[in-house]
Amino acid sequence: MNNSIQHASRHRERRHRLPVRLWHWINLWCLIVLLMSCLQIFNAHPALYWGSTSNFDDPWLEMYAIRGADGDIQGQTALGPWTFDTTGILGYSGSGDHASVRGFPDWITLPSYQFLTMGRLWHFFFAWLFVGAGALFVLYALFSGHLKRDLWLPASQWRGLGRDILDHLRLRFHATRIGYNGLQKLSYLGVLFVALPLMILTGLCMSPTFNAAAPWLLDLFGGRQSARSIHFIVAGLLVLFVIVHLLMVLLSGPFRQVRDMLTGGRRNVTPVDNEGSTHHEGK
Amino acid sequence: MKGNDASSRIFGRGRRRFLQRTALGVATLGLAGCDRLSQNEQVVKTLGLAERLNLRVQRFLAGERGLAPEYPASMIDRHFRPNGSTDPQASRYRQLAASQFREWRLEIGGLVDEPLSLSLAELQTMPSRTQITRHDCVEGWSAIGQWRGPVLADLLERAGVRPEARYVVFHCMDQLGGEDYYYESLDLSEARHPQTILAYSLNDEPLPIANGAPLRLRAERQLGYKMAKYLSGITLVTAFDDIGGGKGGYWEDRGYTWYAGI
Repeated sequence: MNNSIQHASRHRERRHRLPVRLWHWINLWCLIVLLMSCLQIFNAHPALYWGSTSNFDDPWLEMYAIRGADGDIQGQTALGPWTFDTTGILGYSGSGDHASVRGFPDWITLPSYQFLTMGRLWHFFFAWLFVGAGALFVLYALFSGHLKRDLWLPASQWRGLGRDILDHLRLRFHATRIGYNGLQKLSYLGVLFVALPLMILTGLCMSPTFNAAAPWLLDLFGGRQSARSIHFIVAGLLVLFVIVHLLMVLLSGPFRQVRDMLTGGRRNVTPVDNEGSTHHEGK
Repeated sequence: MKGNDASSRIFGRGRRRFLQRTALGVATLGLAGCDRLSQNEQVVKTLGLAERLNLRVQRFLAGERGLAPEYPASMIDRHFRPNGSTDPQASRYRQLAASQFREWRLEIGGLVDEPLSLSLAELQTMPSRTQITRHDCVEGWSAIGQWRGPVLADLLERAGVRPEARYVVFHCMDQLGGEDYYYESLDLSEARHPQTILAYSLNDEPLPIANGAPLRLRAERQLGYKMAKYLSGITLVTAFDDIGGGKGGYWEDRGYTWYAGI
């Protein structure tokens, strides 16, 4: 008993506890591999559709190459009614002899050359790792109080959310030393309880065997090709989240942020109540 | 990514260029490393362990008899995209096709009590199952078609599967890429699934050559490459190590996963 109290108080001083740090770095690697192998798999058929099947005449997103009037090959990307010249990045990329018709360029796919089955092997291995670590983390967050204490928004933060958004839009950041701000918490919650579950479920819905297990889930997403599209879109949102996350780290003392995520750092233990304490700290 | 005001405030120009170059260098090294890893046998083997987990979990969730979704006739795709071989050139196949497959026979042998040799007409007079199902290519696209043909379990029952048999191997008449003959395999559990049929008809028409005439496999809970086209024979075996490249199928011999349930 005594022991566990001591244990808990020692932990509380850390800014990021060990499970959070472990999960963070496992996620980093998983997301890199999952994204790059995802694009390898996508390149096998670089087009997306809505519904159950592929209406090849009417994808909502497609990357392809055409031969221009001057004889040069151009990479093109069609998004809905619009077509963009994306030579060098999407549709047709690579330099000199290595130039080829491909959805995404070689520097962002795993492996770099076209090799669908290898991309699939990477993707599914790291998907299991990601799901396993994620499940453990959610259990930890629920039972350790991490979710309630650090991630859930108290009433004042819900109320202050509008202002928070405006401040962020004006690039006015409050580097809070205690806890996360409202918008930050909301984005973590969105990733943890909306985006990641969506990724897993839409991913599973692309499995014909899993469709036999849960046809209703396939219906919920509007068919297999819709599930594939949602999988791709949410992956894009996760990339956006990571970009914003990195920007925020850069703007709020990157050295300290990375160090603390590695070592745990020290939580500023100014005694404050959770209610409304965090919002305007550090102003 | 373009630098914005905020980041140029943090980094001076020279420092930024240095960081960019470092990042590019690390990325290039990382990419080369990933490619080398993808060619390392041990790495490939380790990554492949996930496929065993896929198989177990998918089978557990779907059950042995869980049915793939079937669709209303209104959802059938008018053109069912063919893939892989679409016009086999092997002389034996050309001859058979020239006479509308009247001379063609399906040989069922291997570990069975009574080997069978069936003509297309005989297969067409057997009790059949008609199903409108979705075909998922490993590349990512899907198409819906209506298939008709005898349930494989009935044929296996008729031939009498010996207890030591574990896999059903499907032999084909097409040489994909002008190389080896295509082949595939299912385990007995999937082969006896109620939706596993040998289809001679697509959308109420005789199976077109592009889609595998005269007879193709439909294994509706797996990806398209499992569903061998241009069938000529079926053998029951205990293991497929000594068939083709030993991995249980044409694409499996080229690194693709055997169960292919996702």
